[in-house]
Amino acid sequence: MDKLETDRTRRRLLIGTTSVVGGAGVVAMATPFVLSMFPSARAKAAGAPVEVDISKLEPGMMITQEWRGQPVWVVHRTPAMMEQLTKNAHLLSDPLSDKSDQPENCKNVYRAVPGHEPILVVVGICTHLGCSPTEKMRAGNDGGMGTDWPGGFLCPCHGSKYDLSARVFKGMPAPLNMRVPPHVYLGGNRLLVGADKKGG
Amino acid sequence: MMSQVLGWIDARFPLTKVWKEHLAEYYAPKNFNFWYYFGSLALLVLVLQLVTGIFLTMNYKPDARFAFASVEYIMRDVDFGWLIRYMHSTGASMFFMVVYLHMMRGILYGSYRQPRELLWILGMFIYLCLMAEAFFGYLLPWGQMSYWGAQVIVSLVDAISPELALWIRGDYVIADATLNRFFAFHVIAIPLILVVLVFLHIVALHQVGSNNPDGIEIKAKKDPVTHIPLDGIPFHPYYTVKDIVGVVGFLMVYFGIIFYAPEGGGFFLEENNFIPADPLKTPPHIAPVWYFTPFYAILRAIPQKQMGIAAMGLAVLVFFLLPWLDRGIVKSIRYRGALYRWALGAFVVAFLVLGYMGTLEPTVWYVNPVARVCTAVYFAFFLLMPIFTRLDRTRAVPDRVTT
Repeated sequence: MDKLETDRTRRRLLIGTTSVVGGAGVVAMATPFVLSMFPSARAKAAGAPVEVDISKLEPGMMITQEWRGQPVWVVHRTPAMMEQLTKNAHLLSDPLSDKSDQPENCKNVYRAVPGHEPILVVVGICTHLGCSPTEKMRAGNDGGMGTDWPGGFLCPCHGSKYDLSARVFKGMPAPLNMRVPPHVYLGGNRLLVGADKKGG
Repeated sequence: MMSQVLGWIDARFPLTKVWKEHLAEYYAPKNFNFWYYFGSLALLVLVLQLVTGIFLTMNYKPDARFAFASVEYIMRDVDFGWLIRYMHSTGASMFFMVVYLHMMRGILYGSYRQPRELLWILGMFIYLCLMAEAFFGYLLPWGQMSYWGAQVIVSLVDAISPELALWIRGDYVIADATLNRFFAFHVIAIPLILVVLVFLHIVALHQVGSNNPDGIEIKAKKDPVTHIPLDGIPFHPYYTVKDIVGVVGFLMVYFGIIFYAPEGGGFFLEENNFIPADPLKTPPHIAPVWYFTPFYAILRAIPQKQMGIAAMGLAVLVFFLLPWLDRGIVKSIRYRGALYRWALGAFVVAFLVLGYMGTLEPTVWYVNPVARVCTAVYFAFFLLMPIFTRLDRTRAVPDRVTT
C-alpha cells in the first residue's frame, strides 16, 4: 500500500469471510457434541422387542412388562368388560382412535389384534405428562370411582381417566388414548412386544 | 512494607481501585431497610450451595444403579455427610425463598424501572438458571419423586417436540443416560453460567447504583465539592456490617431448619423421594418442590395440554417485561395509590394460593377451580399493569430520601 490508509472495503470483506468460515467451523464442531446426546447404540439396542408369555393370564387380569424402560400392560378382558367397551363411545374424546397412536390392525373398539380381541397391549403411560396410570378395572364404585364407572384406568397425577381399551374420557387433561405399541402373536401363548411381524 | 506490597500489586492489578469502586467508595442510599438483606443473602446461599455441592460430589455416584444408595451412604456412613447433604437440600429451598423476597423487593420499590431494566433482566436470567439448577439437581437422589418429576417435566418438552425430548433424555425414558447428563449440567454447566450471571448482575448494579425504598435517584443530588451523593453512604463499612446482621439472622433460621425440620414438613424433601426410582410405578401423588408449585398449579389449571404448557412458560417469562409494563410516574409503593396496592396485593395472594394449590392432589374438587381464578388474577396483574399504573393516583415524591 502506498499510503498508511486503511482500505475499509477490504477490511470489511476480510472480517465478513473470517466470520462466515469461523461460524461454519463452530457449527461443524458443535454437531458431534449435539449428536452425542441422542440415545447411544446401547440404549437403542435395549429398545429391542421383548417376548411375553400370556398362558397364565386369566380373564380380568393384567400383567406389566418392561419394554424400552416403559411399562407395557397386557390386559385380558372378561366378556362383560368387552361388552361395556362397545357402549363407551359417547363418553370418550377419541372413541375411534383416529388421532391416537396404534398399529393399523388395532384401530378398532378393542384396540386389539383381530382374533385376539380380549387381549389389550398398551404402553401404560398417560398421554398428558407421562405418568403411569393406576388400574381401576372393576366397574362401579370400586376404589371411589363413582357408581357409573365403566371400568378402566386412572392417572394419579392429573386425574385423567381411560376406559379398558385405554381410550381417554372426555374433558380430561390427557389429549389422546394411550399408545398401543407394535406387537405380534407368535402362536401358542407367546406375544412379541415392539415388533409388527414375526421375527422382529 | 504493606503499602509497598500493595503498590507492587496495584501496578499490576487494580486491587485498590476495585476495592474503592465497589466497596469503600461505592455509595448506596442511606435508607435501606429489611428488604435489602436478600441480595447479599442470595450471594451467601450461592456460596453455601457451591461449597456443600463440591463436598457432596466426593461421595455421590451419578449412576442409576448406585445413585440412590450413594445418597443414603452420605446420610448414614460419611462423617457429617448428613449435615452437608441437609445444608445443600435446605439451601436449595432457602435460595428460592431469598430470591422470591429479593424479587418482591424489586417490585415493591420499582427497582426494575429505568435505568435498571438490564439489571432486572440479568436477575431474571439468574432466576431461570436457578430453576434449571434445581430441576437437574432434583433428579440426582434418584428417588421416586426425582424420577417422576423429571418424567413430567421432560414430557412437557415431548408435547412440543418428541425428538427434542429424546435428545434431552438420551434414552426413550428417563434413564441412566439422563441421570448422568443431568449431573453434568447440575455440577458444571449451570453453576458456571450462574456465577457469570451473578457477576454481571453486580456489575450492572454498580453501574446504575442501588434503588431505595423511596425510589429516588440519589445521584441526582450530589455534594457540589466532593460529588458524593448527599443521601449516599459508603457500602463498606456501613452496609457490610448491616449485611452481617442479616447473615446471622439468616443462619439461625437456616440451621434451625437443618437441625429440627430438614425435610421441611415434606415441602423441602418429599416423602416419596425416600423410595428408590421405579420406572414402572408412578407414585400416587406427584407434586414438585414448593418453589415450583405456583407454576405447576397454572399448568394443571388449563385443561388443554399445549395451552397449559404455554401458560406456565408465560407465567415465568412475563416477569421479563415488568420494566415496560409499569407505566407509573413513581417507582416506590410508598408513593403509589390504592389502585396499585390492591392490584399487587391480589397478585401476591394469587401467587401464594397457586403455590398451595400446586401441592394438593388434582382430584380434590376445589383445586382446579381455585387455581383457574388465581391464574386469571396472576395474568391480569401483568396485562392490566399499563392501565392501572397510569390511572393510579400517586402521591408527590420527596426531593430527598426519608429516614
